[in-house]
Amino acid sequence: MSAREAILANVHANQPSGTYPLPDLPGFHLEGTSDVVGLFLKNLEGMGGRYHTGDVRSCIDQLFPNAKVIASTVPDFAGNRQVFANVHPRNLADIDVAVTRASFGVAETGSILLVDQTLIANAVAYLAQHLVVLLDPAAIVPMIQDAYCRSEFHRHRYASFHSGPSATADIEGVLIHGAQGVRSLTVVLA
Amino acid sequence: MTLSKEPRRDDDGLPALLHTELRASDDKGAKGPAGQRLIHAEATSRPLRDAMPEPQPRGAKIHRHRPIDHNEAARRFIDAPHHEKMHDERLWDLRQKRDGQMHAIPEWEELRELASEIKQHTLAHLGDYLEQFETQALANGIHVHWAQDGAEHNRIVHSILADHGAKRLIKSKSMLTEETGMRHYMAGVGIEVIETDLGERIQQLDNEDPSHIVVPAVHKLRSDVADVFAKKLGTDPRNDDVHYLAEQQREKTRPLILDADAGMTGANFAVAETGSFVVCTNEGNADLSANVPPLHIASIGIEKLIPRIADLGVFIRLLSRSALGSPMTQYTSHFRGPRSGAEMHIVLVDNGRSARLGEPEFWQSLKCIRCGACMNTCPVYRRSGGLSYGATYSGPIGLILDPTFDRRRYSSLPFASTLNGSCSNVCPVKINIHEQIFAWRKALSESHDISTSKHAMMKVAGVVLSNPRLYRAAIATAESALKILPNFVVANPLNSWTRRGRNMPNPVTETFHQWYERTKGGKEDRL
Repeated sequence: MSAREAILANVHANQPSGTYPLPDLPGFHLEGTSDVVGLFLKNLEGMGGRYHTGDVRSCIDQLFPNAKVIASTVPDFAGNRQVFANVHPRNLADIDVAVTRASFGVAETGSILLVDQTLIANAVAYLAQHLVVLLDPAAIVPMIQDAYCRSEFHRHRYASFHSGPSATADIEGVLIHGAQGVRSLTVVLA
Repeated sequence: MTLSKEPRRDDDGLPALLHTELRASDDKGAKGPAGQRLIHAEATSRPLRDAMPEPQPRGAKIHRHRPIDHNEAARRFIDAPHHEKMHDERLWDLRQKRDGQMHAIPEWEELRELASEIKQHTLAHLGDYLEQFETQALANGIHVHWAQDGAEHNRIVHSILADHGAKRLIKSKSMLTEETGMRHYMAGVGIEVIETDLGERIQQLDNEDPSHIVVPAVHKLRSDVADVFAKKLGTDPRNDDVHYLAEQQREKTRPLILDADAGMTGANFAVAETGSFVVCTNEGNADLSANVPPLHIASIGIEKLIPRIADLGVFIRLLSRSALGSPMTQYTSHFRGPRSGAEMHIVLVDNGRSARLGEPEFWQSLKCIRCGACMNTCPVYRRSGGLSYGATYSGPIGLILDPTFDRRRYSSLPFASTLNGSCSNVCPVKINIHEQIFAWRKALSESHDISTSKHAMMKVAGVVLSNPRLYRAAIATAESALKILPNFVVANPLNSWTRRGRNMPNPVTETFHQWYERTKGGKEDRL
């Protein structure tokens, strides 16, 4: 008997026989505010992210004046390093700022969703030192459960919520941004 | 003893520190745009004073044929006051942050109930869901492997690596690969394994197991990390600045990530509907491990299944809030297939799970989503450190998981508990942890897997404790569970936890059942 057959046989033989129905998922609603954009921005900051009012150009000029290598995966903005599918990640390792676009945002947690198609090379969102993310303010859903009703998780091979930048507080609880991934995450509403 | 419904608060409005001497005024942690202190991820609510250097107490001594002596290792941890206080404070702070998140979500109790019901349903139909998951994953172009135990898992991973000529594997944290002893195995066959989570990397470099399932190096002080890094990474031994240490790890790990042949992750959830799996981290290291090398292997315990993508709307809302008191992990990543030009493999691992599924008293432990909330709240865990359990899983969840792997070696662990019920109370999937701990005491006693002294103790306590009605009655007539329990369980001279004049952990002011009545099942939980 293969491992697969043995495991499945054991599982089928041992799984509890009582009635355990799969519950319907009720709809929960945001309490206290209807301003999803405001709540998104507040929670984004709480997770260590920030936002810039203005366009991507002014964002980079103001926040990253010394950036040398800028990679963009969005048509609206040209960097000076192109990102190809199947690029060897070593060729992304010196990127100072990467610019990309989120599929949508989530007000409850200040999260944005990045997907493979938009990222072109998934690793760019982690190897760059800083990440700038365009987000359509009309594409912010109130809650995480609303997010999981969307089609992205059925269509994309890779989809990742970013809630602020890479972070760790593994040593004595001292919070540090840029543990392994990006040191900062900036959202530009556009 | 008066019943306090509000937590004691300091003048900054936050719940009072357990150890006021740890309070610091200078704040070295990351700040928000307006200069405000940030407390997401595993950051502490308020700055703590830099800990004083002190030799690090090591974990339980492992003897091949003898049960783990948790008490002996716990005693050494308590004898290192700087370690013990920082540990106690940080974990209690995570518990307080969790409470803060819980209060902000009116439907919290409903979410816990839903999470429990979804997991129960999935486990009761696990065979079908595993097959559905496999079918979907294969259709998405993922290679699916099955491993009956840890050894088979390690062999499969090795053979995948060998097929690709891979020599260096970068990985994110996985409790499952701790279970299977994968790093040790790979060292024996010449595969270099690099942990990429900061805490886990510290533990790897120090040849120690993770002491906590979410914050693996929480038992260490900055001076301990500086020592390890100086020896293993060549950093400045006199510099124990946390920013310096974290940056050194980033800089030294990055080249290893870029040149790795393969990457490995675990999984927090596996979704039958889509054949996809979800990995949650704060550092983004799982995404690097999965997206940089051309080969991604994910090790997944068969109990990680959930039926639908929409179910993630329940579990993701609970996971990080329960674990760290942070609304969400920084990264929550969904893998549904290999990226273009790369390969993806999944190893579905049993390692005792299918057998546990058939144990009426213990199968619900398979609902566990590995958040660590039970550890953070447990007075015994906070005071003794995770390594004192000498097992893959420590704290309350460890007490009920470890004996399933080796009932003799871990026979004393179910006694490392006050049975105060706090673990069950904070569990996001409503596992009856403290009841299972007691059930394990009984089971181990009946099969004579416990020592004579513990056996005698069980006899005294057994009559009352084995009868829930009698037990509740006994407790309700006293001021608190802890105050009555010591009479026949805790302060019994046979229990070495209270030997040597050590105080029992904070006594609870009411019983679990009284608490449940008062707070409507935790909706208004205040200590």
